[in-house]
Amino acid sequence: MRHTISVLVENKFGVLSRISGLFSGRGYNIESLSVGETIDPQISTMTIVTTGDDWVIEQITKQLNKLIDVIKVVDMKELEHVEREMVLVKVAPRQQDKAEVLNLAEIFRGRIVDSSQKTYTIEITGDEKKIEAFIELMKPMGIKEFVRTGKVAIAREGMKKKG
Amino acid sequence: MKITGAEIIIESLKREGVRHLFGYPGGVVLNIFDLLYDNKDIQLILTRHEQGAIHAADGYARATGKAGVALVTSGPGATNTVTGIATASMDSIPLVVLSGQVPTMLIGNDAFQEADIVGITRPCTKYNFLVKDVKDLSRTIKEAFHIATTGRPGPVLIDLPKDVTSNKTEFVWPETDIRSYKPTYEGNKWMITNAAHQIAKAKKPVIIAGGGVIISGASKELRELAEHAEIPVTMTLMGLGGFPGTHDLSLGMLGMHGTYYANMAVQDSDLLIAIGMRFDDRVTGKIEAFAPHAKIVHIDIDPTSIRKNVRVDVPIVGDVKRVLTVLNKVLKEEVKEQWGEVRKAWLKQISAWKAERPMSYTWSDEEIKPQFVVEKIHELTKGDAIITTEVGQNQMWAAQFFKYDKPRTFLSSGGLGTMGYGFPAAIGAQLAFPNKLVIDIAGDGSIQMNIQELATAVIYKLPVKVAILSNRYLGMVRQWQELFYNERYSYSHLDVIPDFVEVAQAYRAVGLRATKPSEVEPVLREAFKIQKPVFMEFVVNWKEKVYPMVPAGAPIDHMLFEEPEKKEKKLKAVK
Ligand SMILES: Cc1cc2nc3c(=O)[nH]c(=O)nc-3n(C[C@H](O)[C@H](O)[C@H](O)COP(=O)(O)OP(=O)(O)OC[C@H]3O[C@@H](n4cnc5c(N)ncnc54)[C@H](O)[C@@H]3O)c2cc1C
Ligand SMILES: Cc1ncc(C[n+]2csc(CCOP(=O)(O)OP(=O)(O)O)c2C)c(N)n1
Repeated sequence: MRHTISVLVENKFGVLSRISGLFSGRGYNIESLSVGETIDPQISTMTIVTTGDDWVIEQITKQLNKLIDVIKVVDMKELEHVEREMVLVKVAPRQQDKAEVLNLAEIFRGRIVDSSQKTYTIEITGDEKKIEAFIELMKPMGIKEFVRTGKVAIAREGMKKKG
Repeated sequence: MKITGAEIIIESLKREGVRHLFGYPGGVVLNIFDLLYDNKDIQLILTRHEQGAIHAADGYARATGKAGVALVTSGPGATNTVTGIATASMDSIPLVVLSGQVPTMLIGNDAFQEADIVGITRPCTKYNFLVKDVKDLSRTIKEAFHIATTGRPGPVLIDLPKDVTSNKTEFVWPETDIRSYKPTYEGNKWMITNAAHQIAKAKKPVIIAGGGVIISGASKELRELAEHAEIPVTMTLMGLGGFPGTHDLSLGMLGMHGTYYANMAVQDSDLLIAIGMRFDDRVTGKIEAFAPHAKIVHIDIDPTSIRKNVRVDVPIVGDVKRVLTVLNKVLKEEVKEQWGEVRKAWLKQISAWKAERPMSYTWSDEEIKPQFVVEKIHELTKGDAIITTEVGQNQMWAAQFFKYDKPRTFLSSGGLGTMGYGFPAAIGAQLAFPNKLVIDIAGDGSIQMNIQELATAVIYKLPVKVAILSNRYLGMVRQWQELFYNERYSYSHLDVIPDFVEVAQAYRAVGLRATKPSEVEPVLREAFKIQKPVFMEFVVNWKEKVYPMVPAGAPIDHMLFEEPEKKEKKLKAVK
């Protein structure tokens, strides 16, 4: 099962390597990881997407909590929350597909952030399903490359814990 | 008044109550060493290798329960401590390691004797620090001791660039409050009550006591629980001494080389009460077949130990001593005794197992049996000694044939299994307890891994005794090769071993040797009288194996024993 885990950490030198070292040392997967400051510049949030059965996820959250620099660990599965990711997709469509690419970008509320003679670079933001769907649709159009930011997640306000 | 970083270090160590450091000098720590030159409060023990220093600090910590402290230089000095840090980390031992580092300006430049020791030790420390500003120094040292000694203890390393030790600032001794580090000490009362009811209901309960009992100082509370609820107690290797080995309710050690009766009891049990232990694979054997009928109550201060390897029915996160205090109270005041008759049948079954296969070995009139040496040590010391071990057969026999009645009297590298641990650890323990008999039970392979520390023992007049069970083999490896690799003894024969008696004499220590069973007792008696370090070489039967043995990956009731024909001989030989 895929889980999005949000980790509040002290914004200190070496914290990222403590977290990534925990995952590599214990053989856990990281599908994506994003880091950024919070409203308190001494604290950062890491959003980690990982996979594992319930036992593994339980160990991951416990092991994260055990790290001295970790302040709080939340498995987003337990909360109503919003998830977003951004992807930049560079496509090189054939002449006859160009209109369709622009059309699809529009439907997905994407933005063209760069264009050249042969390529468009499209920025899409959304949850995983939307991003995956967009990439699938772009594949036949000739994707040259894409870059994903990794997920960020935040709990919905005023919602109770799930379950 | 402004003082230098080196002065801050010394002052901070004093405030932490440190009287002894183990260490080795080098360029970037000379500012600190210079202050130690005429310091009256803190003595540095100069070992002959940084690995010796770190294991000695570890032995000191295990014997006293306080943090052991080591001071080493950058680069090779620091990397030489890594094995010792990992050893302490695996066994949850509090250490504070001060390592020198190149000046902050040079960090990252591949400077002379630079090593990224913070990076190297990140996975084998509980926490580590690189101090970049002298203003952070006293707070860092205070936090390091706090982290090392609280919660689940462990080693903490502080990397000290040379300029930080010479820069000056005002000394302040701050309060520590680490918002992201708050260990849980009190167990959940509801869970504890639940555990009490499970205990009252159980027909075949077994307590498994681990290293956490010793760390927590909870031997008294454990004994109260076992005696009150009449529950037999088995111990992990790390738990030995947590419950008296000579007690009627003791089953000795469980696991790969555990006793027959401990393993049988665990496998047959309907309730395991696991206390401060972490279900290592040496303990559980094949995990799917472990204690198939038992509910499991698990008390541990570290939530990651719980439900890591085995399913748990009643998890209790907290400090053993505090949890057992509440549990005993609930059992006495709320649950009340309900088990009287039921327990009798269980204890009778256990006595039957004990009678069926007691711990034994085959006596020989001609050759010294290593188990006999350990038994004799127990007999002559009446159990009143601190025993350290190396790793291998020597370690297992020391665990099986010496009965540890008190905590902190059996010091052994369990988790990492570090050969070369026992001798320097004995030196550390002897420094902490100058009047105690401290004995390293060693193999002829392991002792050579830190044999240079004999100089340290001689110079500081630390009269440690080393009982070398000399079999000319890396015995435990040879045992596996005999049993599982068709007797192909690939690189496990030592061919040449030094004359340990002469080695001892060369270092101005005393060397003794026994080659016949009749010489064992006189050699031990003489050694125990000598107020100097002594190497005793016991030339033992090289074929001897550690039994019982559970082959790796088998359920723990699938034990191998000494072959039956030898058993018969034993019956004839032993009166
Ligand atoms: C050659 C060899 C053979 C071995 N064979 C065996 C064998 O047959 N049987 C055996 O048992 N071992 C054996 N070992 C040792 C084994 O590898 C492990 O080191 C040992 O089993 C671990 O013991 P433990 O579970 O008590 O854990 P420890 O490593 O001592 O861990 C202590 C546990 O207690 C917890 N704790 C710490 N402080 C507290 C506190 N204050 N309150 C509550 N909990 C606390 C910790 O979180 C941890 O979970 C062998 C080792 C070697 C090298
Ligand atoms: C540093 C280190 N290297 C290798 C091993 C693997 N090992 C485990 S037991 C053993 C043999 C130990 O031989 P010895 O010290 O002679 O003890 P014996 O088993 O003969 O009592 C070895 C090599 C280890 N535990 N530690």
